[in-house]
Amino acid sequence: MNKSIIARDLVKTYRKGEVRALDGLSLEVTEGTVLGVLGPNGAGKTTCVRVLSTLIRPDSGYAEVAGIDVIKHPNKVREIIGLSGQYAAVDETLTGWDNLVMFGQLYHLGTKDAKSRATELLEQFRLTDSAKRPIKTYSGGMRRRLDLAASLIVKPKVLFLDEPTTGLDPRGRQDMWNVIKELVSEGVTLLLTTQYLDEADHLADEIVVVDQGQVIAKGTSDSLKTQVGGDRLEVSVQESDMAKTQEILERIGGQQPHIDADLHRVSVGVIGSALLPEAVRSLDTAGIKILDLALKRPSLDDVFLSLTGHVAEEESN
Amino acid sequence: MTILSDARVITKRQILQLSRVPEVLIFSTLQPVMFVLLFRFVFGGSINFPGADYVQFLMPGIFVQTVAFTLAGTAVGLAEDMRKGLIDRFRSLPIGRSAVVFGRTLGDGLLNSVVLFVMAAAGFLVGWRPSSGILSVLAGFSLLMLFGYAMSWIGVLIGLSVRDARAANGFVFILVFPMTFLSNAFAPTTNMPLFLQYVAEWNPVTTMVAACRELFGLENVFGVTAESLPSMYPIQMSLFYMFIIMVIFIPLSVRIYQRSESR
Repeated sequence: MNKSIIARDLVKTYRKGEVRALDGLSLEVTEGTVLGVLGPNGAGKTTCVRVLSTLIRPDSGYAEVAGIDVIKHPNKVREIIGLSGQYAAVDETLTGWDNLVMFGQLYHLGTKDAKSRATELLEQFRLTDSAKRPIKTYSGGMRRRLDLAASLIVKPKVLFLDEPTTGLDPRGRQDMWNVIKELVSEGVTLLLTTQYLDEADHLADEIVVVDQGQVIAKGTSDSLKTQVGGDRLEVSVQESDMAKTQEILERIGGQQPHIDADLHRVSVGVIGSALLPEAVRSLDTAGIKILDLALKRPSLDDVFLSLTGHVAEEESN
Repeated sequence: MTILSDARVITKRQILQLSRVPEVLIFSTLQPVMFVLLFRFVFGGSINFPGADYVQFLMPGIFVQTVAFTLAGTAVGLAEDMRKGLIDRFRSLPIGRSAVVFGRTLGDGLLNSVVLFVMAAAGFLVGWRPSSGILSVLAGFSLLMLFGYAMSWIGVLIGLSVRDARAANGFVFILVFPMTFLSNAFAPTTNMPLFLQYVAEWNPVTTMVAACRELFGLENVFGVTAESLPSMYPIQMSLFYMFIIMVIFIPLSVRIYQRSESR
């Protein structure tokens, strides 16, 4: 299978080596697939995208996009990629239409083609009604959609999306997911960074987990979840019921439960939701008053905790 | 030359911006007009330039001050683009790596034509009458446009280094304001302390103002510095200063643009 993106041993340091944003990061993306790059703030996700999209040169290492050396031929790479960053990088005083025409011209489409492409993209991203309004008046989700549209002007072979849904409300997020899924179905190769496991789960064929500038785990979302230990069943009870609850959960989960004495909460790893009714029945039969019961899906924090042994810490830049 | 057409798209963007937010153009024109009126009527009676009435001396000074401040617009605009990630997007496009900064400086330079026109009209209303020929007057305005363009390149460097619009604005102010006041723009240098007269002598603003006065048909007045190169050949020296500014700041600015990394 052809690799659309290859990164090998990328290193990028700042402040004379004090900060190692990338510390030997390597990854590959197969043509036509989606790679989710998952990690907390400061893990090196954005730096990785910036290197691959030619915005910065790594200190060392090798990277290619669609077979083109990123460091040697950045301009050739720029012709075939689309990049959409964490913030909507568009001119806010101009209208959506103005922006798309301008970017089209900067991709050397010619005025006429730039205009027809702008019309097409506004239609595709459901922005036709607001085409003639300044971006300033757009909602967060609309801005992101326009930003994404701007990165698709030349139908890129490879698309980079840096945290495409950070800061969006749930509805905007869902919208964005649908748009991205549609793009992927058209065959674009996508590298997407995210802080949310469920987002990677939803959109990515493969996931790499990044921490401190390195890939610390990779695989499909299922295989990662298995590594994390599946879901967690959490039960909060009265203090007097703690011991009994622990006993029951141990039997159901087949492992030693985790106990949070302060919150009177007992939790145990389970696979899927099949054990949920049994847990409720057993607890009820034992006469335990359930204050709260939840099936927690593994979060990024859980992935991190189990992969690194530490909580995903936010590093300030 | 794709870099030229790319730069033109960037320049066009600025013109579009002005048409979408006309307030920017209105205020950037009103401000110099305000200066014309304030200086003409507030200081007009108390500052003496020998040989002609104050407004004749004042107008070239205010013209130069206004175009010198071109770099504020450039610096603030680029700092904003930087902060909003727009520079990143431009840098991810397959365009010439200096197209954005060339387009920007060109746009800011061209904007001066509107501002200068309105100022000249305001000046005319309050008594400004250049006494040289039409060609000399046009040469004077061409020199002013060119000076604004050269100054704009200093703005590129400031905007891309400071990366914050307010900081850029503040920096420009403390840089350009003293430059325009430590000169012959608003009052003759002859009454300054000796040491300041020498500072003013080698200030490009003084030379530019002297060049414009000459082209608008006025006799320049210098004190102790009358014999120096900038005093004797203000037009040539102005061109030389602009050349120096561009030789230094264009390569520097293009370089910092190419390496710029927004946060």
